[in-house]
Amino acid sequence: MSAAAGAAALSGESYLTDGFSLRSWLLTTDHKRIAILYLASITVFFFIGAAGAALVRYNLIVPEGLIKSAETYNRLFTMHGVVMVWFFLVPAVPVTLGNFIVPLMLGARDLAFPKLNLVSWYLFMLGGAIVLYSLFTGGVDTGWTFYTPLTTQYSKGHVVATVIGIFIAGFSSIATGLNFIVSIHRLRAPGMTWFRMPVFLWSLYATSVILVLATPVLAMTLVLLAFERIFHIGVFDPTLGGDPLLFQHLFWFYSHPAVYIMILPGFGIVSEIVPAFSRKPLFGYTFVVWASIGIAVISFLVWGHHMFVAGTSLFSALVFSILSYMVAVPSAIKVFNWIGTLHKGFIRFDAPMLYALGFIGLFTMGGLTGLFVAALAADVHLTQTYFVVAHFHYVMVGGMVSAFFAGLHYWWPKITGRHYPEMWGRAGALIIFIGFHLTFFPQFILGYLGMPRRYHSYAPEFQVLNVLSSAGTTILAAGYLLPLGYLTWSLLRGERAAPNPWDATGLEWQTPSPPPTENFVATPVVTEEPYAYPRPKPQATS
Amino acid sequence: MSDAALPHAFQYESARHQARTAIAGMWLFLASEVLFFGVLFLSWIVCRHWNQAGFDAGARQTALAIGTLNTVILITSSAFYTAGVAFIEASNTRRLIQCCALAWVLGLAFLILKFGIEWHEDLARHLFPGPRFAITGELRTGAQLFFVFYFVATALHGLHLLAGLGLVGWIIRRAGRGEFSAQYSTPVAVVGLYWSFVDMVWIVLFPLIYLIGRGP
Repeated sequence: MSAAAGAAALSGESYLTDGFSLRSWLLTTDHKRIAILYLASITVFFFIGAAGAALVRYNLIVPEGLIKSAETYNRLFTMHGVVMVWFFLVPAVPVTLGNFIVPLMLGARDLAFPKLNLVSWYLFMLGGAIVLYSLFTGGVDTGWTFYTPLTTQYSKGHVVATVIGIFIAGFSSIATGLNFIVSIHRLRAPGMTWFRMPVFLWSLYATSVILVLATPVLAMTLVLLAFERIFHIGVFDPTLGGDPLLFQHLFWFYSHPAVYIMILPGFGIVSEIVPAFSRKPLFGYTFVVWASIGIAVISFLVWGHHMFVAGTSLFSALVFSILSYMVAVPSAIKVFNWIGTLHKGFIRFDAPMLYALGFIGLFTMGGLTGLFVAALAADVHLTQTYFVVAHFHYVMVGGMVSAFFAGLHYWWPKITGRHYPEMWGRAGALIIFIGFHLTFFPQFILGYLGMPRRYHSYAPEFQVLNVLSSAGTTILAAGYLLPLGYLTWSLLRGERAAPNPWDATGLEWQTPSPPPTENFVATPVVTEEPYAYPRPKPQATS
Repeated sequence: MSDAALPHAFQYESARHQARTAIAGMWLFLASEVLFFGVLFLSWIVCRHWNQAGFDAGARQTALAIGTLNTVILITSSAFYTAGVAFIEASNTRRLIQCCALAWVLGLAFLILKFGIEWHEDLARHLFPGPRFAITGELRTGAQLFFVFYFVATALHGLHLLAGLGLVGWIIRRAGRGEFSAQYSTPVAVVGLYWSFVDMVWIVLFPLIYLIGRGP
């Protein structure tokens, strides 16, 4: 087999040329092809979710709302939230870059359970199709949080269908997480000890633990929710003996760790890119690793900070507030370590690095404002305002989406065998950074001044800041459409990529671009620490 | 079939490597399942805490005899399956098939008792929550909530058992083709883990449904 694979690699055969039929794609068990299937799917979901956001911002240009109906506006922001959270942010990095890169980084030929991997894509598409069906035939107006008893008793719309779609997509998440954990335990190349693993693997490991252990909590909660919605008697209805706060506890027991499902892979990507473009080993590798694990553990203990004003006891609110502060510690350690890596590095500003630096800045702002809302007294003022909206968009969109683009550009030559156009890439990174700040920074001020979220109209004195925010959205939209254009263009016209165009460490760069179906001609052996970059040589030229 | 010639997928070093990985995968899946059912148990206990008298009134309406019989049936079926695992580790395919067949029949008997008889009676006695619910008065709220949990839990457990029947049937079919031996019995062990897990869920459900609050 290895001889045949060797011959294939020498003749320029790759996973992309290993079969051209539709069947060879739709029934593939190759992790690289599944990653491509996922990439195409989540791109579609991203632009659907983004369209929802664009319409929300369009509505808010004038105080009385350009879309006159509050009902329609509610359905729009719910569509935006549901699609973005479950069909873009949660799966995005694990199922695309993770699927593609994890086996390559491990020095493995595939994930542990390739068929399960394919099944997870079909589950994802099935769940997505159901959700899109329900959203396009009227949608739901509950917000992505599905709070009871609004969802179960009062809301009009396709609650049950949406919930079923999310339920099914949840099992796709569990399948992916399970596959990663088992693969990282069982399929590391010879010499790849735990502490020689690149941080991307560690962060996906931490992510997968959350995927496997938090997603089933949401799944059962949604089952109980659907039962209550269908039969009008259930667990969360206070008039019938149920407990609506129980829903919030269970929902956030999933959904707060889910925030870390979204951001941890971003940490991993940035930890790959910063050393590669600073030509320095990652500063404090062990700290970054334990910070990832620490975040995964603490993330399960902070859900109560979403319920400070929901009538929980002061004692529990205090405890959750302190625990929420604790999760900032490992996050800050990471930022410190990236900056430590940059220090005295030989820094190159290629597009992946620009996106990664954008991530560090935006995530830091998102993380620090998280402390404001983790503080009990401040949260009472800020909760349910645009301050919270701005905070989590800085983390989710500014942070996570920037990291996703950073990783996509970094591994694009490996995935496609082609280079993206560098100048366009840099322009995209800058436009997204500027557009993002213009969109969301005014929302911090709006929230501080007291503008509540989820209303289709607002007081006239907030108009200037709202117009600024909506103007930023158009720049942001251009920034997101730009990569869609030039990355697609590069598939056909991009310059051919060498196996290791960035001169980076990591096993994924030791195989041709794009890799052969078997990934490696001969199983690689790891003999050194990760990020074994030479000391910087200032006289070298870029 | 000799050890060296055993087939394995190309990402593994050996069939043994693959087999142990499959078992690890099933354990992790079961960890996920524990959280899934754990939420149900937690919600059950929280709601019971708010509505104790009603839950007790609901519990007294359940069919203790069928529940007890079903518990015995399910534990026995797991015992047979486990014996089957031991037999195939001694390369005794005939006994494996017999044990799996017994486990399968017992699993089916559970489903018939639970859904064919017990659910049928429950529904006939208007124990499904709704306007025609049998228990009235101040205990109605709690008792209805109890039966929400009862029906959701038994339906989900039943679906898991149904999947288990499919898996055990699949093991019987493959064993019939002579695919398992002492050298290769991973699927038998993996399905065994799942089958026992479904059993364990029931062991938690049994007291929650039939025992707690039943006393005088």
